[in-house]
Amino acid sequence: MSVQAYRLEDGGRIDRTAPLTFRFDGRAYAGYRGDTLASALLANGVRTLARSFKYHRPRGVLTAGSEEPVALVQVGGDPATTVPNVRATELELYDGLEAFPQNCWPSLGRDVGVVNDALARFLPAGFYYKTFMGPPLNWMRFEGAIRAAAGMGRSPTAPDPDRYEHVNRHCEVLVIGGGAAGLVAAREAARTGARVILAEETGALGGGLLAGAPDAVTIDGRPAWAWLAEIEAELRAMPEVTLLTRTTGTGWYDRNWVTLAEAVLDHLPPAARDPRLPRQRLWRVRAKAVVLATGAIERPLLFHANDRPGVMLAGAVRAYLHRWGVAPGRRAVVATNNTDAWRTAFDLAAAGVEIAAIVDSRARPDERLLARAQALGLPVRAGSAVVAAKGRSEVRGAVIARADGGGREDVACDLLVVSGGWAPNLALYAQSKGAIAWDDDLQAFRPQPNGAAARFAGRAAGAFDLAASLRAAAVAGAEAAGIAPEHVPEVADDGVAYALAPAPKPQGGRVFVDLQNDVTTKDIRLAAAEGYRSIEHAKRYTTLGMGTDQGKTSGLNGVATLADTLDKTIPEVGVTTFRPPYKPVSFGAVAGRQVGELFHPRRTTAMHEAHVEAGAVFELVGDWLRPRVYPQAGESFDDALQRECRAARSSCAVLDASTLGKIDVKGPDAREFLNRVYTNAWMKLAPGRCRYGLMCNEDGMVFDDGVTACLADDHFHMTTTTGGAAGVLAWLEEYLQTEWPELKVYLTSVTEQWAVASICGPESPKLAAELFDDIDADPQAFPFMSHTSGHIADVPVRVFRISFTGEVSYEINVPARYGLWLWRLIEARGAKYGLTPYGTEGMHLLRAEKGFIIAGQDTDGTVTPLDLGMRWAVKNSADFIGRRSLFRSDTARPDRRQLVGLATADPATVLTEGAQVIAEPAERSGRTPMIGHVTSSYFSPNLGRSIALALIAGGHGKTGATVHVARRGAAPVPAEITATDFLAGFGERP
Amino acid sequence: MGRTARMRGYSVWSLLREGVGGHRGWRPAWRDAAPKAAYDAVIIGGGGHGLATAYYLAKEHGMTNVAVLEKGWLGGGNAARNTTIVRSNYLNDESAAIYDHAMRLWRGLGRELNFNIMMSHRGVLNLAHDDGEMRQLKRRVEANRLNGVDAEWLDAHEVKEFCPPIHIGRDVRYPVLGATLQRSGGVNRHDAVVWGYARAACALGVDIVQHCEVTGIDVRGGVVQGVRTTRGDIKTSKVASVVAGHTSVIADMVGLRLPIESHPLQALVSEPVKPIMPCVVMSNAVHAYCSQSDKGELVIGAGIDPHISYTQRGGFHIIEDEIAALLELFPIFSRMKLMRHWAGTVDVCPDASPIISKTPVKGFYVNGGWGTGGWKATPGSGHVFADLVANDEPNAIAEPYALTRFATGKLVAEHGAAAVAH
Ligand SMILES: Cc1cc2nc3c(=O)[nH]c(=O)nc-3n(C[C@H](O)[C@H](O)[C@H](O)COP(=O)(O)OP(=O)(O)OC[C@H]3O[C@@H](n4cnc5c(N)ncnc54)[C@H](O)[C@@H]3O)c2cc1C
Repeated sequence: MSVQAYRLEDGGRIDRTAPLTFRFDGRAYAGYRGDTLASALLANGVRTLARSFKYHRPRGVLTAGSEEPVALVQVGGDPATTVPNVRATELELYDGLEAFPQNCWPSLGRDVGVVNDALARFLPAGFYYKTFMGPPLNWMRFEGAIRAAAGMGRSPTAPDPDRYEHVNRHCEVLVIGGGAAGLVAAREAARTGARVILAEETGALGGGLLAGAPDAVTIDGRPAWAWLAEIEAELRAMPEVTLLTRTTGTGWYDRNWVTLAEAVLDHLPPAARDPRLPRQRLWRVRAKAVVLATGAIERPLLFHANDRPGVMLAGAVRAYLHRWGVAPGRRAVVATNNTDAWRTAFDLAAAGVEIAAIVDSRARPDERLLARAQALGLPVRAGSAVVAAKGRSEVRGAVIARADGGGREDVACDLLVVSGGWAPNLALYAQSKGAIAWDDDLQAFRPQPNGAAARFAGRAAGAFDLAASLRAAAVAGAEAAGIAPEHVPEVADDGVAYALAPAPKPQGGRVFVDLQNDVTTKDIRLAAAEGYRSIEHAKRYTTLGMGTDQGKTSGLNGVATLADTLDKTIPEVGVTTFRPPYKPVSFGAVAGRQVGELFHPRRTTAMHEAHVEAGAVFELVGDWLRPRVYPQAGESFDDALQRECRAARSSCAVLDASTLGKIDVKGPDAREFLNRVYTNAWMKLAPGRCRYGLMCNEDGMVFDDGVTACLADDHFHMTTTTGGAAGVLAWLEEYLQTEWPELKVYLTSVTEQWAVASICGPESPKLAAELFDDIDADPQAFPFMSHTSGHIADVPVRVFRISFTGEVSYEINVPARYGLWLWRLIEARGAKYGLTPYGTEGMHLLRAEKGFIIAGQDTDGTVTPLDLGMRWAVKNSADFIGRRSLFRSDTARPDRRQLVGLATADPATVLTEGAQVIAEPAERSGRTPMIGHVTSSYFSPNLGRSIALALIAGGHGKTGATVHVARRGAAPVPAEITATDFLAGFGERP
Repeated sequence: MGRTARMRGYSVWSLLREGVGGHRGWRPAWRDAAPKAAYDAVIIGGGGHGLATAYYLAKEHGMTNVAVLEKGWLGGGNAARNTTIVRSNYLNDESAAIYDHAMRLWRGLGRELNFNIMMSHRGVLNLAHDDGEMRQLKRRVEANRLNGVDAEWLDAHEVKEFCPPIHIGRDVRYPVLGATLQRSGGVNRHDAVVWGYARAACALGVDIVQHCEVTGIDVRGGVVQGVRTTRGDIKTSKVASVVAGHTSVIADMVGLRLPIESHPLQALVSEPVKPIMPCVVMSNAVHAYCSQSDKGELVIGAGIDPHISYTQRGGFHIIEDEIAALLELFPIFSRMKLMRHWAGTVDVCPDASPIISKTPVKGFYVNGGWGTGGWKATPGSGHVFADLVANDEPNAIAEPYALTRFATGKLVAEHGAAAVAH
């Protein structure tokens, strides 16, 4: 195990009493609790963490946070829990952590992919658009190689064992960002008693203050870190304040609906992860006001080989010094265009790092800074810039030159600290469609207010001096809660005001703009030369900003490079669209608990238990699990089906019909409403009667069907198909709410309220008579298509004399809690009549024997009531949905596909449902014209032959004709067109 | 007929030559034209379909005095936002005809345009999760077969073999019972298609005008006279609208009401990872589909947001549902990360089929209503639309897509078998 040679003697917010061991790239290292993987590796002198996407160049650590473009690793080797593309700069170290470098083979040190770097001149931006176009260089052959080279980390290959949760919250003020500004804003807002949520991305509150010495500044007279501890304690004591750490604002949607992604367990060693907790939570917060306190992102400088490990942003270096007690080098060059990076130079010097040069592109840096540098003996090169990094795989030096190109000097260093200035971190705001505007003084885009709902605090507001930043924060927090600020913190700092010059322009060489996707200034210039001049085109052509960092550190440099190429200003070029999420979020967290059993929960009926006991085979119908058949011991599926169907016509059978959609339709206009939504007439249906109805879409096509019963003049019980129930209700509501708001009708889904057992067959009247307390079951007295209410063993029931099988039937509805009891009662009482439970398959078969349709099986959204031969169900008297369409010339054409019966020439041949019908006895060699298709097909036990329903062009006029049903790999099956009621056609029964 | 574009060729050799020469010789892929005062035809909309229309007008019909007017940056509409699934295994004869026409054109398009559009025929699976879906999909496979469209049926194990990361256990809410496979289906690179068509059309003389929004259409006596734009008026006798989500807006400029509703449609990508998804998988029942881009991102989509809107913004709950649905099929992707999500505006017809049509206004042609699935038709759509615009009569493939079908009822109903119609 290596020693932590770059760890400072003391300091940092790490726990030196808690040493940890971890592995990276197959080697063991030591770190401390409080480290990130990046800080621990830097402490160990490991600088190359990854290989780049395209050229496989070694890459190190650029930043200290979530904006990191290149220090990406694969965490964990377990196929179920491994995570690709994790930013080492955010990954909190735990004991036993194992991380792997990505995108290199065979190893990080020796990666064969570097040949791409040698061939770079032949692989400019968009090279793949210009070649591999066709034989012999066929794209599909190259694609495999290109895909394998791309992609960085690896997907897990086994299911995720962890859980994720959603949390829904409302609050008055949501503060995003837990730096000093966020804390001040939260405190101001919370004074009013408002509900305040503060979300901080990292594991600690403090933001930029943690990247400075504990006493670098004083706030309200207290040293920075002490002040932080106090304000945190103050906020924690406020009952309406929720402080969330490890929680990132990821999406800002309409009307301040904001998603926050919270990492709950990932920072803990696996053994310490509480199994009761989710791995991550997605907070879905609706905030009255949002305060953006997301700080700022530092802009890298552009020069040759600026991608070498050892080139680091100035703010990040300061964070490694103070937050983690790591000096990421021994001899540093600090290159900047602004005042702030000087602080890094001073802090490095204080930590014992030799400063080889402070290189400031400004000719006249601030006097105070110069004096301080002089006092510390630090060499300064004003009016100069770093034009190249030296070193083959890691930084070994810098080439410095004056703006006029003169005064070139090579300076040895192992750390090249860069700063091109700071830009407010406004991605989240911009993706909420908030306006941003270029600020020439800041050389950055700034958020622009868009009304009352968003406020900006701290550096996110473009206030880079702490005093101004906290003043903005206090105002933002107070105004977000609707008051004036009460307490603006007093700040004492080094008194150097933030100032910068435009970033120096690169002077040639290989200058990387997007370090993750290997986009160079040359690529951007090439894009422009080839006409990809819109920033969106240049982005897409070069892949600039399209990586996992979404261009957080590269965006501005990309725009600047394009602007320079096109001789435009940065605001003229503009930015690409910011999109959520702010940083990648686990799919698991996005799905939340909506997975596995809870994904579209499966529904079972009140009688389910009895079906399971009876050994039913189930099928999914819509969301419902329904018994399909009830095979007895040793019985095949088909035999069971045949037995059940024979019983239904010869003795008595029972079906669990609970899943049919049931909608309670009530109100003075209920009747009128039904008359408009059904194709048939409803104005005269008397209470106590039922009627079958068809519903059409606006285009006149059948959409659902079912029986509706009139309970009272203003009260109906509607049934729908099982699968269509939710859709029908939504559709009815849409009509009521948007088209006919004048109708007084109230719809309530009562599907779950009623359990339904449907008994049918010649013996069913006897069974019914035995069951009912107070209903005359005699089919004469209780006629077909009527219904009544009564009791079974004192339990209230509604019974409908309706039938989907063509047999005498009683549909018995009981309150759902009596469902199982009713089923068992029917089974017990029915045994002597040969009662047989039957499932959906039997129901389908029985109704097909009778020629009844199933909406959704015999119809597919292209079938009119007329096509079904159901003209009788279409009223002439009044309008209904779809009526106009129904009588268009083509909907009335006689050669439309119409529902017919099909009887195969060989009665034993059962056709395949979905098979296509052709007119000719054999398929053609080319295209074979189709005249229809088989919608339903069974072997009918009651008729002793196969039967089928089909939609066939002009079928109603072709009874008796022979058609052919195509099959893959076999000769078509001849079949005769028949009527749809097979019982009437073939059966001896009426 | 059959002109060829004159452009500086792209090839391995030109890349090598330019590589040695520092890539100084490349010219703009297309000319960023300023609008002229008059054209023989004006195409509104610089998406895939509009550019393809221009290209085929020039190439097949010799009409080169043509402008494509695009209100934003070229290809910034649905062309830039779609998930590029290409397939032609549609149910109806009319659909099979146009989508398969497109499929034939896709095959050689990279070569024809001399631009690698990265057409990857990696196969498209449409999953069945219950008996009803099995019936529907088998019906479609049979219809495809008889129509000469490549399609086959795979059982669950064959599905797993073709797409190893998929979960085919029976223990889930939507078990995979089988799937249709179209081997020639796949994905391509949307931007490349846009740029390739633009470059080739430009080389044939077409003017490509960006940042030029059509704000009005001049009609006199029922005949088109020209268009008004943010960059001045343009005279023309033929105006072809190919504006996808904004079709109703353009039609309204000539007083035409179309049976189109515009909805947000969202999509998303994960972070890039090494190849894991070999093909395209689509599922109606769980309502998600997925493929993997050449860069390594999982590209995922679902159905439309139900509300009507031109905002190009959808609800996050749709994304949540879409990812939950994806995890049902691919539980191994739960730790993958959502990197970016967005929306486009899609133009949906009641029968889920497009409109490619003349209109009551002479010289005004509409191509739209492609809804959630028009990308795959791009070359076919442009090809037949160019024919219509040039000859003022639809050819056999375009004819079923006339506007009159909504009056006569001769719909091309694709919604039955393809609720997720990408
Ligand atoms: C998220 C998403 C995923 C999709 N996935 C798929 C898929 O996987 N497979 C598939 O086949 N299809 C898919 N589609 C559908 C497909 O993208 C579209 O059907 C197709 O791209 C539309 O044609 P287009 O490319 O010409 O449209 P667009 O690219 O939208 O072109 C229309 C152009 O018209 C311009 N315009 C509009 N109004 C004006 C005006 N007044 N003046 C000038 N210009 C104007 C617009 O700016 C736009 O650039 C998807 C769509 C979306 C949104």
